[in-house]
Amino acid sequence: MFRFLVRRLLQMILTFFGATFIVYALMFANQDDPIQALVGERPVTPAQRTALTELYHLDEPFLKQYWYYMQGLLTGDFGRSLTGREVSDMMTDAWPTTARLALMSILIAATVAVIAGVISGIRRGGMFDNVTLIVTLVLLALPIVVLAPLAQLAFGIKLGWFPPTAGRNATTYALLLPAIVLATTAVATELRVTRASVAENLRSDYVRTARAKGLSNRRVIGVHVLRNSLIPVITLIGVDIGLLMSGAIVTEGVFNIPGVGFNLLRGIRTEDGPLVVGFVSILVIVFLVVNLIVDLMYAALDPRIRYE
Amino acid sequence: MSDMNAVATEAPGTQPIVPAGPIKQDKPRSLAGDAWRDLRRSKIFWFAAVLVLVVLVMAAFPTLFTSADPRACSLSRQFAPASGEAIFGYDYQGCDIFARAVHGARNSIIIGILSTLIAGVIGLLFGLGSGYFGGGVDAVLSRIVDIVLGIPFLLAAIVLAKRLASDPNNNGLWAVTLTLGFLGWTTAARVMRSSVIASKNQDYVAAARMLGAGPGRLMLRHILPNSMASFIVVLTILLGVNIAAEATLSFLGIGLKGDAISWGIAINESGAFVRTAWEPLVWPSVFLALTVLAFIMLGDAIRDAFDPKLR
Repeated sequence: MFRFLVRRLLQMILTFFGATFIVYALMFANQDDPIQALVGERPVTPAQRTALTELYHLDEPFLKQYWYYMQGLLTGDFGRSLTGREVSDMMTDAWPTTARLALMSILIAATVAVIAGVISGIRRGGMFDNVTLIVTLVLLALPIVVLAPLAQLAFGIKLGWFPPTAGRNATTYALLLPAIVLATTAVATELRVTRASVAENLRSDYVRTARAKGLSNRRVIGVHVLRNSLIPVITLIGVDIGLLMSGAIVTEGVFNIPGVGFNLLRGIRTEDGPLVVGFVSILVIVFLVVNLIVDLMYAALDPRIRYE
Repeated sequence: MSDMNAVATEAPGTQPIVPAGPIKQDKPRSLAGDAWRDLRRSKIFWFAAVLVLVVLVMAAFPTLFTSADPRACSLSRQFAPASGEAIFGYDYQGCDIFARAVHGARNSIIIGILSTLIAGVIGLLFGLGSGYFGGGVDAVLSRIVDIVLGIPFLLAAIVLAKRLASDPNNNGLWAVTLTLGFLGWTTAARVMRSSVIASKNQDYVAAARMLGAGPGRLMLRHILPNSMASFIVVLTILLGVNIAAEATLSFLGIGLKGDAISWGIAINESGAFVRTAWEPLVWPSVFLALTVLAFIMLGDAIRDAFDPKLR
């Protein structure tokens, strides 16, 4: 276990530096004139230019700049957005909303996927199973740029069941429709995996033993099958975090939710390099940590898996 | 079906499952032949194949579907309702919605195919290299895959597309194509790697090696053909995913730009006026969703045919 953890952490560190380096290089390398970009259209005096060059280490080699940036990042200093606000400040502002949205959509996706997946796994080839297979195929194919505006149009504007936009200090109810939209990206794969593993576990020896002992159907499925079928679904949640981040950029834009994705998109549109790199770095860290936790949980849930 | 009956009547004593009797008629079926037999009976396959064909024809010859000029817009017909000339009506700029949706297919298909080809080539090289050589090569190449997968896709695409599209004069077609190509290859590489590892230890590869075949010949003539099926399935699905990603980037304002006709741009522009008119939003969405669905369903159907275990 300890050796696995060390190896996994080393791998994570490598991925983190690789990923942040790529993003940093793409955002900052070969800029025409970063100082002019910073001050806008006003003229820059040579004195200001020297001061800014010194402040941002612009006269030093690129790798050294990356090093300075990383030093800041690791000590909690994410730099300052071009709007003058601290990136970490904006992050603490935006994070709670996005976390709520993501948590809601993970819960919705997992609930729907497990219930529907178990039913269609038990009744394989039945009516319900065939319908869910087609529905999951359609959900897999529907891009969120289609789903989010159409859901907003149908349920927010035409039917009026949900508020069409959420805005600042959104209530849980206002976040419900965006969360459902976001959940659709994850629900299809989770459902299919649940279905496949339920169907496989139903044929296994321990289920036959449980049935032979005279346990009720409800107990066999509710305790024995379900517990073992949930293991692969939990690993999927780690993968889904990445999908959720991508989805959140579009969804938060459409529903006007001032979360992480919304800020990130604005940063990209206004060419706010520090903001983009800061936000992306934090998101990459979140992504990596979640995946590590999922990996460890996998071992805890399934005693057959042993990490040497 | 008919030759199965023929076998049963000619050899009544044998068990019906074993195809004894006249083997000449019943040619030994290859994996691809088996898959094709399954595919022909799949409704999903035919639905997807027809849809793909329609979209491809639409991309190649948009004038077959509409004679209206997608760029002939006039503010005097802003949000004009559907009529015989424009069956979906007109959008905010007074452009024919149907004509713009039809002409939007070309950009999506070009970007989808080119980016998938780029991703396919990169994935093929990575997968073949790390699968065949193993060891240190595999360790390095797999870490690179890990790093690329470590950045959530859309985040990387946004940053990369922004960087590549620094030239304000073009419409961003190349930037989007390269972005999607450079980021989408990881799944293809992993699939290729695992099927190369599976097939490189087969007896026929050992036999070819003993006959003196070099690494290049082994890879190209013996390992690759047997690893192609799952690879092509992944690429078909990737094609659909890339079309969706192009629309997403265009929607966010960092994909196709300027006067390019794109479903993603149309969805973005019409989103602001959706309270006034819903048609400009819905129709490009339907075209985009059906196109993506068609490619993903096609890949799914082919995979089911090649690997019935997954059903």
